[in-house]
Amino acid sequence: MRTNDLILQTITKIVIFIILAFSLHLFFAGHYTPGGGFIGGLMTAAALVLLLLAFDAKTVKKIFPVDFKKVTAVGLLIAVFTGIGSFIFGVPFLTHTYDYFDIPILGETGLATAVLFDIGVYLVVIGVTMTIIQTIGEDE
Amino acid sequence: MNNLVILPVLVPLVAGIILIFFNKQITVQKWISVIASILTIVVSAILVQTVFNNGIQIIQVGSWKAPYGIVLVADMLASLLVLTASIVSLTCILYAFKTIGEAREKFYFYSVVQFLMVGVLGAFLTGDIFNLFVFFEVMLMSSYVLIVLGGTKVQLRESIKYILVNIISSALFVAAVGLLYSVVGTLNMADLSQRVSEVDQPGILTVIAVMFLVVFGLKGAIFPLFFWLPGSYQAPPTPITALFGALLTKVGVYSILRVFTLIFYHDAEFTHGLISILAGLTVLVGVIGAIAYWDVKKIIIYNIMTAVGVILFGVATLSTTAIAGSIYYVVHDMIVKAALFFLVGAMAHISGTFDLKKMGGLIKNHPVLGWMFFIAVVTLAGIPPLSGFVGKLLIVQGGLENGHYVMAAVVLLSSLLVLYSVMKIFMNGFWGETKLSLQEEKGTTKGLLLPIALLLTLSIALGIGAEWFIPYFHQAAETLMNPSIYIDAVLKE
Repeated sequence: MRTNDLILQTITKIVIFIILAFSLHLFFAGHYTPGGGFIGGLMTAAALVLLLLAFDAKTVKKIFPVDFKKVTAVGLLIAVFTGIGSFIFGVPFLTHTYDYFDIPILGETGLATAVLFDIGVYLVVIGVTMTIIQTIGEDE
Repeated sequence: MNNLVILPVLVPLVAGIILIFFNKQITVQKWISVIASILTIVVSAILVQTVFNNGIQIIQVGSWKAPYGIVLVADMLASLLVLTASIVSLTCILYAFKTIGEAREKFYFYSVVQFLMVGVLGAFLTGDIFNLFVFFEVMLMSSYVLIVLGGTKVQLRESIKYILVNIISSALFVAAVGLLYSVVGTLNMADLSQRVSEVDQPGILTVIAVMFLVVFGLKGAIFPLFFWLPGSYQAPPTPITALFGALLTKVGVYSILRVFTLIFYHDAEFTHGLISILAGLTVLVGVIGAIAYWDVKKIIIYNIMTAVGVILFGVATLSTTAIAGSIYYVVHDMIVKAALFFLVGAMAHISGTFDLKKMGGLIKNHPVLGWMFFIAVVTLAGIPPLSGFVGKLLIVQGGLENGHYVMAAVVLLSSLLVLYSVMKIFMNGFWGETKLSLQEEKGTTKGLLLPIALLLTLSIALGIGAEWFIPYFHQAAETLMNPSIYIDAVLKE
């Protein structure tokens, strides 16, 4: 029996952008308010899981043609290299720094290297979650 | 400010990550693993020499001052163990080239080995008790993967037990750290030591100390908590068992050594008395197991327990001589246990079985392997010119000086039984009637002898060059016996 998922799929197409936007908001809010790489990554993965529920694994792979194991590895690399970056400046591993910059639209904004580390965390969380779900999902 | 201290952790971490990208190109994986391991050995050796010349090296990660941030502390004990562990991991990788098989190699085997090394080396170097927990978890997660990788029936069964036991002990670890934090209010080991000595370790802290003993005892397989070890270590292929047998239990032993010389040493009569009794029982159970079995791998696995008991006895006496002996014995045992696992692995590789009763007369076709096994056996038992002797001598000497006569006798008697258990393998496996002709053998020893030879050379050098190595071990023992050296290095900078 073929079921008709029209309502689910249409709502998914709209809601997924809201979820992704919210996850990015959570990610960037992490320094001053609750949020950060972990919850942001989980939320992004949740958006992808919603896609998986509304469509099938093949469609999702077509929309996001990435190997999530590699995403995990890239995240780890970013996190480690933000730590190693401190070697160049002759300070201990993982020493972070920040400064204020004038960015055209946002105005004066504080940019911290801790965000780079958090991007690593964000990618690792997405990669691991999606690898787990896809591996179990594709297992016959 | 000293980034050298973190390099032994960083090199395998970066290598492990890069290896994820190359999971299909096995040759590339092999090259990266070997280069990374050699690099780890080089930085560890530099670290040992730096610590020997300039005293304890520390790094305050992220530039945060000591009690508030995480510190990595390389004292002599930690850096010696880091060096030994990285050498053992190189030989395990070399041994795995010929034995592990393509199916496992394609599923991130080398990557996971590097992550295991991150956990082990990090646990040795950290100076923060919660960070120690995190590195324990890094190590254990990798060991879960290694134990189940390949997915044979026995591996699946044993990995469930292993994971269950370790999750429970990790939960207990967190609980113990939580209790300690609520009583003392700090997690940095140097700061902990200072604060515990200020209040002179009241009853509640002794209770927490015993909790830590249970936690680390579960990881290090001491007497009532060893039940998971024989089965779990039996299941995976030989190079993985060698890696586990040489490194994982020693991390538990190292943690006991560290915690009970740096933090909880004020109520020694109770805590160290308890360790002494448990050590004796561990030795006894270990030798009973080693004598009872006819499975070559099981015999070596039970010998791990004997060694853990002997090392802990050195800790329990709390004398500089015995602790130097313990440290010497840890280093010796990591090397020789890995060599022994490789050797019985090679025997099983040739004869196609781990059952000693089905082997025989291997020395006729494999004289080199046979005599290497003989050297490993006498090293393990502690025959004078070789490395097992020095450690046991110092432990027994320290024990006798402090009046632990029964324990010293147990250690000496255990040597005899250990010798018997491994000599049984030599006499039944290598001597006697040749059961398999060259054509009937299931595999060759090609490529397996190199890592064994490396380890045995090191072990012989450690025994013969004992005079040259002893200052290193004495420095390590001095630091352990005087916690103020450690505390000053970490907090007064």
